[in-house]
Amino acid sequence: MEPFTTLEAVAIPIDQPNLDTDQIIPARFLGKPRDSQVKAVFHDLRYAPDGTPRPEFVMNQKGFAGARIVVAERNFACGSSRENAVTVMVDNGLRAFIAPSFGDIFFNNCFQNAALPVRLEAGRVAEIRAALHAAPGARIRIDLASQTVVGPDGRTDRFEIDSFRKDCLLKGVDEVNLTLGYEAEIAAFETKQRGEMSWL
Amino acid sequence: MAAAHTMFEKIWQRHVVVDRDDGYTLLYIDRHLMHDGSAAGFARLRERKMKLRRPDRGFATPDHYVLSNSRSIADIPDPHHRRLVEQIRQNTAESGVTLFDLGDERQGIAHVVGPEQGVTQPGLTLVCGDSHTSTHGALGALAFGIGSSEVAHVMATQCLWQRKPKAMRVTVDGALAAGVTAKDVILAIIAKIGTAGAVGHVIEYAGSAIRGLSVEGRLTVCNMSIEAGGRAGMVAPDDTTISYLEGRPFAPKGAAWDKAVAFWRTIPSDAGATFDRDVSLDAAAITPMVTWGTSPEDALPITGRIPEPSSAPDSAKKDSMQRALDYMGLVPGTPLEQVPVDRVFIGSCTNSRIEDLRAAAKVVDGRKAVIPSWVVAGSGLVKKQAEAEGLDKVFRAAGFEWREPGCSMCVGMNGDTGKPQQRIASTSNRNFIGRQGPGVRTHLVSPAMAAAAAVTGHFTDVRRLLG
Ligand code: SF4
Repeated sequence: MEPFTTLEAVAIPIDQPNLDTDQIIPARFLGKPRDSQVKAVFHDLRYAPDGTPRPEFVMNQKGFAGARIVVAERNFACGSSRENAVTVMVDNGLRAFIAPSFGDIFFNNCFQNAALPVRLEAGRVAEIRAALHAAPGARIRIDLASQTVVGPDGRTDRFEIDSFRKDCLLKGVDEVNLTLGYEAEIAAFETKQRGEMSWL
Repeated sequence: MAAAHTMFEKIWQRHVVVDRDDGYTLLYIDRHLMHDGSAAGFARLRERKMKLRRPDRGFATPDHYVLSNSRSIADIPDPHHRRLVEQIRQNTAESGVTLFDLGDERQGIAHVVGPEQGVTQPGLTLVCGDSHTSTHGALGALAFGIGSSEVAHVMATQCLWQRKPKAMRVTVDGALAAGVTAKDVILAIIAKIGTAGAVGHVIEYAGSAIRGLSVEGRLTVCNMSIEAGGRAGMVAPDDTTISYLEGRPFAPKGAAWDKAVAFWRTIPSDAGATFDRDVSLDAAAITPMVTWGTSPEDALPITGRIPEPSSAPDSAKKDSMQRALDYMGLVPGTPLEQVPVDRVFIGSCTNSRIEDLRAAAKVVDGRKAVIPSWVVAGSGLVKKQAEAEGLDKVFRAAGFEWREPGCSMCVGMNGDTGKPQQRIASTSNRNFIGRQGPGVRTHLVSPAMAAAAAVTGHFTDVRRLLG
């Protein structure tokens, strides 16, 4: 897996709380090859049913081109387990997500795709979103090693991340290979379970 | 004296393969359910030239992409979708995973099939590449949804890297009134704690009202744990659970059964076990519920009115309420019972089991649907049982469509979608924008409430129809 170390880029603010995975990629685009899904990112938020871009959606506004970071509201990407919600954003260049909280499965799926979910306090996230609206194209810098986010206003915030996840991202660790390194432990577990839960 | 442990803690500890110093655990997975969307996991495995470590622990059934009006793969119009349903057959044949295929009466929605076959059992860890895997916790299993990379990881290693979630207990004590069902209980819970209310937690549902539910009702409650933000939901196994499992095809038999039951009896949380969070609800205060907005937390008693955004506590909340009302085409202050409904869907892993169909049929019996209404059983066996009881005749006589098992209009991946602006009373679990098709307005209700809407053409307090 590609490592994630630092990212300095344009960020887009998305204000809706509970923005679910169906909004990130609607179900009708699933079950198709990954490259055909790229254009589906935030599809129904970006386009009206007749295909015209919705001017109120941030990705359709001037100044946010080339964005690589999303700054969202609470419970971002709640809903389904579709990993496409991560991959469709990654394939559109979006590799880091800042929000007060995330859907649990999405949060885990990020780490499988060299993407970084960052939890910051709700008030601060709202402040960053307001700053991004006020200055479209403003940049944010994320440094994983020092666990810091430098906002568009220059203020630095520290975020928490599990050292396991951090390490895997920094080194681009392949989780399957990591687990295969524990083969002896897995085999021992299976032997023990065969004795204890013989009906399985 | 030994320390008191929660049920979650006991199951977790029993499945630890490796505990790392950094707080991460390699957790062993006992059961892996697969569906037509699991093709991505098989593809990843093939790319790595790896085989399934434990095909004997895998069970598969196509559900998302199968048609509800045909059992033939050839009829699936979208070639990509057709391929996914074909691939589940190839992938399971090559790997040795048990398949309940299209045409087999055991086929259905994975979360209906697992418990029905006795694949889901107390004390096990169970995963599936689907968020509603939380359903299986109703039998006292630790069950949760994962993405396709983790699906491949489980296929390759039968394990997952996890950080231990926190434990939360939701206690519902008291008696449920007539016409109030498990669906109303879980909607009331989500309305209370919010869709992010249980993020990072495994929920244990407890209390006399939960113990009083059948396994089917408990499956409905646990199903929507994910809508409360929970990692998983579970109910302690008891006599109800054990008699449900007895005789099911994949449940243990003979001496193994006795050994398993003895183990299952040890699983419930010990008296005095502490939870990171505790919430309680009074069962007697729960009424039939309807969602009005675009998040499952937007749920109200049927006796209520469409809320006023001006009543919101802050401007952000006010804006999001207004957006939801605009999408849903609703006027604040309207009594819910006066909201007309265009269409009804009874189905999904939340509410497509035999008891759900019985509850709906009871309301429908002797009445006529005044709007297009569908019933999609959760599995071939549910459908067969319903037909044996004559429920299909009740629905058909009332003008309902009686369709073939699968996810169908819950997510519309098979093409079963509504039209823009259509208002659907649905027994599914998500009222997200566009969930049942672009522009479609979804209201979540119980099967009995969906049936009441079908025969009246608007939301109706089902208690008035149950004479
Ligand atoms: S019925 Fe709906 S929620 Fe359940 S697995 Fe199918 S699509 Fe998902």
